[in-house]
Amino acid sequence: MADPWPHRNMALADRLAEIRANRPNAEPQILSEVVRAVLTTMSDDLTIHDTALLLEVEELGRTIANVKVEIAALRVDEITGSHIPFATDELDAIVAHTAAATDAILEVCETLDTVASTVTGDAAVKLQDATTRIYEACSFQDITGQRITKIVGTLKTIEEKVARIIATFGHKVSDLPMPAALELTAEEELLNGPQLPNQAMDQSDIDKLMASFD
Amino acid sequence: MAIDKSVNVLIVDDYKTMLRIIRNLLKQIEFNNVEEASDGAAALSKLRAGHFGLVISDWNMAPMTGLQLLQEVRADSRLKQMPFIMITAESKTENVVAAKQAGVSNYIVKPFNAETLRDKIEKVLGHG
Repeated sequence: MADPWPHRNMALADRLAEIRANRPNAEPQILSEVVRAVLTTMSDDLTIHDTALLLEVEELGRTIANVKVEIAALRVDEITGSHIPFATDELDAIVAHTAAATDAILEVCETLDTVASTVTGDAAVKLQDATTRIYEACSFQDITGQRITKIVGTLKTIEEKVARIIATFGHKVSDLPMPAALELTAEEELLNGPQLPNQAMDQSDIDKLMASFD
Repeated sequence: MAIDKSVNVLIVDDYKTMLRIIRNLLKQIEFNNVEEASDGAAALSKLRAGHFGLVISDWNMAPMTGLQLLQEVRADSRLKQMPFIMITAESKTENVVAAKQAGVSNYIVKPFNAETLRDKIEKVLGHG
């Protein structure tokens, strides 16, 4: 159906474009007020379609304002300000403590190895077997260290995204530095660290794969 | 014929604890000539300066990874025949394939045990 009021609708579109151009940072609240003012002054001339559209714009402005209030109430700034730094510090402390504990265990184990070299027979064999098992078990520190590094990386990604959300609701998005795109090289894509047990190949799987090349 | 345990072994890992563990496990199987490097670049310098018969390297290191070290070793006319074992937590198929394509001699996934280490060393030194 043809627009019965082309000149008036064009004028309304022009008016909204003018507001957008003059006030790029216009708060939703201001837009709502403008729309309300337009509705009040033009209500007699508007079609049902125009009125519905303007009411939707007003509702949208109100929704955005409410979301801003709700986000502020959530104190999301605390996520980047304290929660994530606290978590990463704690994880770093875990790595440091387990490294220190592992070094202490290894030192004792090396002493036991020295003692083992001074005895003979079954005792020597048993001592060496025991220290071997301790050495094997101590490799947990490397695996847990790599897993924690992955977690810290994930937390940092969350931190960046939350910071961006906070900044978006406080500043113009175009003023924000864009996060660097994660473009990985072919080799970087191979650096995944330890896999979860149910997703990992064990040594026998790897042996079979290696043998398949022969 | 027994394997030559007097061979110089270079172990490469950015975790000091792992270097210490591997060194001790090698000592238990009577490999006493062991040197350490904490990344691929340091390892390559040592390899070019010295005489080694075996490299046991981690993969995930910076600035030069274990895979890059392996590629450098295979591209070096003096080092290209060097037995090279990768010990790594990287256990995806594509990792094993990439290492094999780069010329790895054997591949051990962390966490590993002493028996696996001994078995792979014997294999790459040609007596397994």
